[in-house]
Amino acid sequence: MAKVRGAVVVDNEECKGCGLCVEACPHDVLRLNREVNSRGYHYSYMENPGNCIGCSNCGVVCPDTCITIYRMKVE
Amino acid sequence: MELKDLIKPENLVYSKSALLEDVPMHYCPGCSHGVVHKVLAELIEEMGLQEKTVGVAPVGCSVFAYNYIDIDWQEAAHGRAPAVATGIVRVNPDKFVFTYQGDGDLASIGTAEIMHACNRGENILVIFINNGIYGMTGGQMAPTTLEGMVTSTTPFGRNVDLNGYPLKITELIAQLPGTSYVTRQSVETPGAVRKCKKAIKKAIDNVLAKKGTSFVEVVSTCNSGWKMTPVDANHWMQENMFPFYPLGDMKDSVKGDNNAKN
Repeated sequence: MAKVRGAVVVDNEECKGCGLCVEACPHDVLRLNREVNSRGYHYSYMENPGNCIGCSNCGVVCPDTCITIYRMKVE
Repeated sequence: MELKDLIKPENLVYSKSALLEDVPMHYCPGCSHGVVHKVLAELIEEMGLQEKTVGVAPVGCSVFAYNYIDIDWQEAAHGRAPAVATGIVRVNPDKFVFTYQGDGDLASIGTAEIMHACNRGENILVIFINNGIYGMTGGQMAPTTLEGMVTSTTPFGRNVDLNGYPLKITELIAQLPGTSYVTRQSVETPGAVRKCKKAIKKAIDNVLAKKGTSFVEVVSTCNSGWKMTPVDANHWMQENMFPFYPLGDMKDSVKGDNNAKN
């Protein structure tokens, strides 16, 4: 069966670290970073990139639209 | 497989709408305004309405909405967005005109304007963001504040003997014959955002078909005003706001249909 792989790219400077994407992710991919961006927010990043299926849930709930999502089928 | 093999233009499934300006929004982290702005921008882009859309921005947190979506905007005095939109749509009947208002703007100072604009059945879309609080000015009590809810002007909770009852403005609007589509949505989960997008799309279609006023309430959070984290505010909204402001369509018909199910 074809497996789906996804990738999330977060714009670190735009992210405000609200954590809604972490909550919305069904596969526990995203976390808030310990590091902060130039505005002092703990931006989100992919903690478990292998779990991502590119479902776009994180991007849909992101209030600052700083998430871009890629997805492809892997044979 | 490496991530760099995945991150290629042909695999792109979701990105920022071209209509959203490349500036950081001034809203607090986790504010629902950002999601509704995004949904609106995506719909206007997908439906090819950029050239014929005129937005009317309110007074409130979303007063700077014109900085974020690349369409024509007009700023209105506090609560007067429906009156300004009426003028715009009567002079330019081919334009798609919408107002974007918060609960302090629409349900308090602008009650007269919204009631009469909806009663006249102006061909406009009204987006109503209801977070039960005056977010911009420091979290004071709004007409839509829930009974017992703590705000900066009701530190012991809203007392209905003193402050009156929360106003279900969308239920009132649904009674008016001038409206065509009246609904209440939310944007706290991915599913809710997608449903809200569908509802706003339907409302835009109704306005373009000149069926009358379309009214979309979005029950939202104000995590700064509620003094919660964004995630806690979403849970609080689900537990406390939704029982009083139930989601769903309240009216779906055309202007002048008095037999519509409310």
